[in-house]
Amino acid sequence: MAKAFSVQRQRGFTAIAIGCFFALYLPIIVLVFYAFNAGESLSSFDGFSLRWFARAFENQQVIDASLRSLQIAAVAATVATIAATMAALATTRTEPYRGLTLKYAFINQPLMIPEIVTAVALLIFFARIKIWTGYSGLGYLIAAHTAFCIPFAYLPIRARLENMDLTLEKAAADLYATPWKAFRYVTLPLLWPGILAGFMLAFVISLDDVVITQFVKSAGQDTLPTYMLGQIRRTITPEMNAISTVFLLLSIGVVTVFFFVNRKRV
Amino acid sequence: MADVNAVEIRNVSKIFGYGEFAFAAVDSASVSIRQNEFFTLLGPSGCGKTTLLRLIAGFEFPTSGEIMLNGENIAAMPPFKRPINTVFQSYALFPHMTVAENIGFGLTMLGRPKQEVRDRVAAMLKLVRMEALADRRTSQISGGQQQRVALARALAPQPKVLLLDEPLSALDYKLRKDMQIELKRLQAETGITFIFVTHDQEEALTMSDRITVMSSGRILQVGNPREIYDAPSDRFVADFIGETNFLKGRIETLAGGVATVDTEVAGRISATVPTDFHPQGEVTVVLRPEHATLCAPDQPGASQMTGTLETIVYFGTDTHYHVRLSDGESLFILREQNKPLQTARFAEGDRVGIALEANAARVLRN
Amino acid sequence: MTQPAGPIDAEQSRDIRKRWLLSLPALLIILVAASGPLLIVLLYSFLTPGPYGDVAWRFSLEGWIGVVLEKDIFDDTLSLADAHVSIFLRSAGLSLMTTVLTLLVGFPTAYFIATRPERSRELWLFLITIPFWTNLLIRTFAILEIIRNEGLINTLLIDLGLIGRPMQMLFTDGAILVGMVYVYLPLMVLPLYASMEKLDFRLVEAGYDLYATPFRVLRRIIIPLVKPGIVAGSILVFIPALGAYVTPSILGGGKNLMLGNLIELQFGQGRNWPLGSALSITLMLIVMVALLFYVRNAGSQGARHG
Repeated sequence: MAKAFSVQRQRGFTAIAIGCFFALYLPIIVLVFYAFNAGESLSSFDGFSLRWFARAFENQQVIDASLRSLQIAAVAATVATIAATMAALATTRTEPYRGLTLKYAFINQPLMIPEIVTAVALLIFFARIKIWTGYSGLGYLIAAHTAFCIPFAYLPIRARLENMDLTLEKAAADLYATPWKAFRYVTLPLLWPGILAGFMLAFVISLDDVVITQFVKSAGQDTLPTYMLGQIRRTITPEMNAISTVFLLLSIGVVTVFFFVNRKRV
Repeated sequence: MADVNAVEIRNVSKIFGYGEFAFAAVDSASVSIRQNEFFTLLGPSGCGKTTLLRLIAGFEFPTSGEIMLNGENIAAMPPFKRPINTVFQSYALFPHMTVAENIGFGLTMLGRPKQEVRDRVAAMLKLVRMEALADRRTSQISGGQQQRVALARALAPQPKVLLLDEPLSALDYKLRKDMQIELKRLQAETGITFIFVTHDQEEALTMSDRITVMSSGRILQVGNPREIYDAPSDRFVADFIGETNFLKGRIETLAGGVATVDTEVAGRISATVPTDFHPQGEVTVVLRPEHATLCAPDQPGASQMTGTLETIVYFGTDTHYHVRLSDGESLFILREQNKPLQTARFAEGDRVGIALEANAARVLRN
Repeated sequence: MTQPAGPIDAEQSRDIRKRWLLSLPALLIILVAASGPLLIVLLYSFLTPGPYGDVAWRFSLEGWIGVVLEKDIFDDTLSLADAHVSIFLRSAGLSLMTTVLTLLVGFPTAYFIATRPERSRELWLFLITIPFWTNLLIRTFAILEIIRNEGLINTLLIDLGLIGRPMQMLFTDGAILVGMVYVYLPLMVLPLYASMEKLDFRLVEAGYDLYATPFRVLRRIIIPLVKPGIVAGSILVFIPALGAYVTPSILGGGKNLMLGNLIELQFGQGRNWPLGSALSITLMLIVMVALLFYVRNAGSQGARHG
């Protein structure tokens, strides 16, 4: 035996794990590294520069797409979180009742179906509605994003609720709180971290979406990911890396907050 | 091989952590365990008895020292090569296997032929009276039955030594009593050396051939139950095993293993002294509660100990009396066996005297 | 018992009514913008393609026939559509290989995280969580940059003198596989970790105590006990891999299509919405079968340990 025996040790596992972490981060690090390249190349580094960031911030298409992405994500995540919170209250801490399983299946349905199928379905459906109503605004994208954000927002809220004791509300009722006041002063404050986590998950998920957006968007409605997808198919300059780097930072920021909010248990 | 010790622990230490967080779970322990012995490691939780057991099993490795199995140093051998099996405190039965698969696991891993495994599993099921439940999942049987399966599983490969880590602690009182008898029977039938870990002194006294008392990683005393109970080597052992009264005093005379000690609260009493021990000056004398009886405070022949009877606790088989001695601080405990149709001689609040039996007092080494 | 059952029943049904009302917004949104339109896809798969995309409202089985068969241009005879069959096979093959590879890499990684001391475990978990929530497009793009002809790997190999000119890695099935393994790896690690975290290491000790070697402990004890995590991770990777669109379209170029790209093609250049719809339903059915397999497996595991 090369190393001392340990109950938890499996030969080679640590090496594979370290290799895995290395492989996960290397491409991202390279991507970020070349965002600071002074030259045009993505493989030879010609000195440090912020020119590609400046270029991205001056690119009207990038700015429009970014604002559109944030706008859709903000609205979709907010609506999805409210709907998911209500749904979570309706589906937890209860004896099983008729339709409960159906509700679970329905709420989690967007997770089960391949995105491309939902995308196609929405393309067909919204195309009809566009013809009938003549409306072709951002409403379609917002509706689609809200729908697939709901299960993501639902998960942490439901988890939080299931750890909460129903006796707390009963205690509040015993102390003369009306159902609304019990919700406002007992349930909601305790549920808050779950709601926050749900909102952040929904926000990131909406921000990251490519496939559904690609199929649902009308002309001139590019979000940042669909804009990037279009650009990748053309010539690539470090400007893409710069945009990706900013995007990455945003995601990592939200995920970090999520991680720490969600970790603190009662 | 009868002349070789089954297990010999030679100056073994196990240190967890580094630097200022370093902590010796086992501290220079040495002890020999004989062939076919029911040997018990006894001590309070955190005393190092479980770590010592894990060192013998091979789940941990000693920082220093040697562990000999039948004369061979196994300190660096991984657990799957040691002919030693363990009955875990939590039983650790494999939930994805049946009772029979659990019992046969060790033999299968040893590469024994299928037929031999089957026969041996059947024999083990019979030994622990579990034949009817062979094909059950381990989650479908009761705690006592799980205990038997864990025993059968550990005995099936016919180990040189069987380690038992507080195996009875999860059982209720009645079942525990039954299993104590069962364990003794299994040990007698299989002739395997048992090393048993417990914090229950009563369990240790009733079951063991010999006992090791541990505290803070150190081995304090090794001996048979009578030695441990009657002749505790130090204050910790005396205090941990059963109830004890401690009296402070000064040696006045010492001859032929008997000393006269002038105690603060009981006056002059005679006490036995361990062999090869020549105490002088301040000593502590121990007295078991059952070696003293209550008497009237002025009764002739009593010691000079008097006090007020504070509490009477009735235990069914016997009665405990707590007496506040006349110095107002020390509490003396007595235990008297209950006799048929006995009426209470004293009531709480009475002034009483305490009579000591001859040769009951003993001088501690420290 | 003189207690009338009436008020309690009324209370209960009021509670259930309130619960339906509360869940209504979420259910409606999903019905309108996710589940409902799936039925329209089913309907469209039985219609006739319109000349400029969309459909004409005439019943037809052409869409479904086109999933695996093709009509000869001249004599209308049907034969197996080799292009579609090869795309199905490629999709299935690549998805399966992705699942197996992510499992082979993800299992030791999850085990590694689960066996860290409690304090550093959080950090390792966090390091897996970050790629999980970062944009799939950006991660695919990162892989693209590495394996391009002018990318890091080729540049390095040429600088080291190991190869004379760039290896063509991009726009191959291998590139799609590497990309999907990279992108979906966190989806495998997280459920695996979740079940390994609950692994009772006293059972591992018991295995060693009963003469099992480290490999046998892995095979006979650890793997059976974390099987729910293995199944969950495999499903979580297999489903999106099968319907993958972004990764193959970036790393596979225009030629190495997967099902997702084939579907997209029917709604773009192909202008054959019924065929695209039929292909979508087919993909969904395959996923359903995989999910059913998962539910049955997870169910029996639960009963076993319960």
